[in-house]
Amino acid sequence: MATQYAGGTTGHRIEAPTGLALLIYRLKEALSTPKPYLMGFGVFLWLFTYWLLCEGLKLDRFDKIPGPVAIAKEWFSYEPFQGISFFTAEYYDHILASCRRIAIAFAIATGVGVPLGLFMGWSDKIRQYIFPILETLRPIPPLAWVPLAILMFPGFEAPVIFLATLASLFVTTLNTMLGVQSIDEEYFRAAGCLGSSKWDIFKNVVVPGALPYIFTGLQISIGVAWFSLVAAEMVSGDLGLGYLIVDAYMNNVTVPMVIGMITLGFVGWFTSVIVRVIGNRLMQWQVKELALQGR
Amino acid sequence: MHCKVAEFTAHAGYQQVKTLMNMTPPLRDERATMNTSTTQRGALSIRNVTKIYDPEGVNVMAVDNCSMEIAAGEVCMIVGPSGCGKTTLLNAIAGFHSITHGEIFLDDALLCGPSKPKAEQAAERMVVFQHGALFPWKTLAENVAYGPTVQKTLRKKQALEKARDMLSESGLGNVVDKYPGEVSSGMARRAEIVRALINDPKVLLLDEPYRAMDALTKSIMHESLLETYDRTKVTIFFITHDLEEAIFLGDKVHVVTTRPCQLKKTVSVDIPRPRSYETQSSEQFRLLMDEVNEAVHEEAIKAFQAGEREMA
Repeated sequence: MATQYAGGTTGHRIEAPTGLALLIYRLKEALSTPKPYLMGFGVFLWLFTYWLLCEGLKLDRFDKIPGPVAIAKEWFSYEPFQGISFFTAEYYDHILASCRRIAIAFAIATGVGVPLGLFMGWSDKIRQYIFPILETLRPIPPLAWVPLAILMFPGFEAPVIFLATLASLFVTTLNTMLGVQSIDEEYFRAAGCLGSSKWDIFKNVVVPGALPYIFTGLQISIGVAWFSLVAAEMVSGDLGLGYLIVDAYMNNVTVPMVIGMITLGFVGWFTSVIVRVIGNRLMQWQVKELALQGR
Repeated sequence: MHCKVAEFTAHAGYQQVKTLMNMTPPLRDERATMNTSTTQRGALSIRNVTKIYDPEGVNVMAVDNCSMEIAAGEVCMIVGPSGCGKTTLLNAIAGFHSITHGEIFLDDALLCGPSKPKAEQAAERMVVFQHGALFPWKTLAENVAYGPTVQKTLRKKQALEKARDMLSESGLGNVVDKYPGEVSSGMARRAEIVRALINDPKVLLLDEPYRAMDALTKSIMHESLLETYDRTKVTIFFITHDLEEAIFLGDKVHVVTTRPCQLKKTVSVDIPRPRSYETQSSEQFRLLMDEVNEAVHEEAIKAFQAGEREMA
């Protein structure tokens, strides 16, 4: 058995840390680089500029915009003056409503878009059937669909989800298709040589080969979904972060408006991290390969 | 790795590389577990094959009336300038491309000919690709187990077990669960050959598999391939433009002309097997080199003057 290394004394290897030890090791590594300090300083600098413009210098142009101190005070207050803070149930209702819609829209878009893209990339015939229509519909901005969506679907919920799905679907489909087309021809040939059926090739070459592109697409697509969801909520909705922003604007309260925006930023970031983590789980081979290249 | 381990160790340089690559030669008795084919099979007969590509209406003749006989269990090296149509020939045998005229037989069975211009892809003719085509999303063991699994000759679990055993026998025992992107190109290429051999093919088709490797790694790959050949006696169709490689590995060296590809000269290499690295410094080796070199050089000049871009 060739399990022993032939290197003799020099072949000794140190066991890699795992679990908590790994976490501490990584933290130490991170703190020994200038990265976290630069990030902290960057955030501080931006916040300071924001404060300076709105509250420090009190410039005319910014006199209607709430500054960071005003927002923080309101956000953390038990009895918010303008109605929205961490301690009001309403705040979480808005977040949950938006997240629920995103979850549904993203699930539909992924469930339809990925298989559609896979088949379009795999089969010329299917691509020719679908591609021209897709390319014509794709440039239409989601907002242009709003009237049609409201006419088509009853209530507040369905049109909003429809619009978010639509935007997300195009991105997912197109990226998945490009992903399949990016697979090296030699993998198909190798699979053919090894005696694969068409279905084997689909399962073992097309799907895993396209995964890197699919997940890049999904990260973009969830961003786009948020984008059109908020637009839709502003036009037609009774709940959700987009509605919160527009509602605050209508009622001439500015702090909830900005709170809604910042919340959107964080929630959107969080969802895209989830997608990335799932992607890395499914693509260990790529993570390990990139790690060896020092990335 | 090779029967002549003692001679091999004598080369300090190679020993060092071997140490670096963390490989141990498999023990002699373990090799007996590998399936050895006793019957002679895998005779390839290429008869008057012509291939004309038709890009944008301009006919390009890649192969012109090329004939070759490759005996069962022979290591046949195809040498010619870059872009001369060697790979076209390989693609025709493997079933990736059609041919325009002629016939190719494998053990008297028609692979492709006038009635069916494109051969079917099958595990009896395994290809090892120039840039390596292990699936990067499968571990080495999964890659090797893939063939028997999809052909349903073995259950997945058994196939994986067999794959692990075969990889261990080839000195890859400690990287079986790694992804191809995590191992050196030499190890990946070796695993790819194991992936081919687990299917017990009649012919192994290699398309400049060691092209991108440095000389030291290459020498290790050669020894390893020779060892594999001595054990399995599989017919090998090997494309290269490295003359030393061709003579060191081959039974026959077929020199082909620049495009369109035709057989120019066949040189028989009657250096006895098993061969070791000392073979390369022998007088016989040098004379063979001269003989092949003369034939190839002419073609290389022609190819250079034609100035065509390498098709790789």
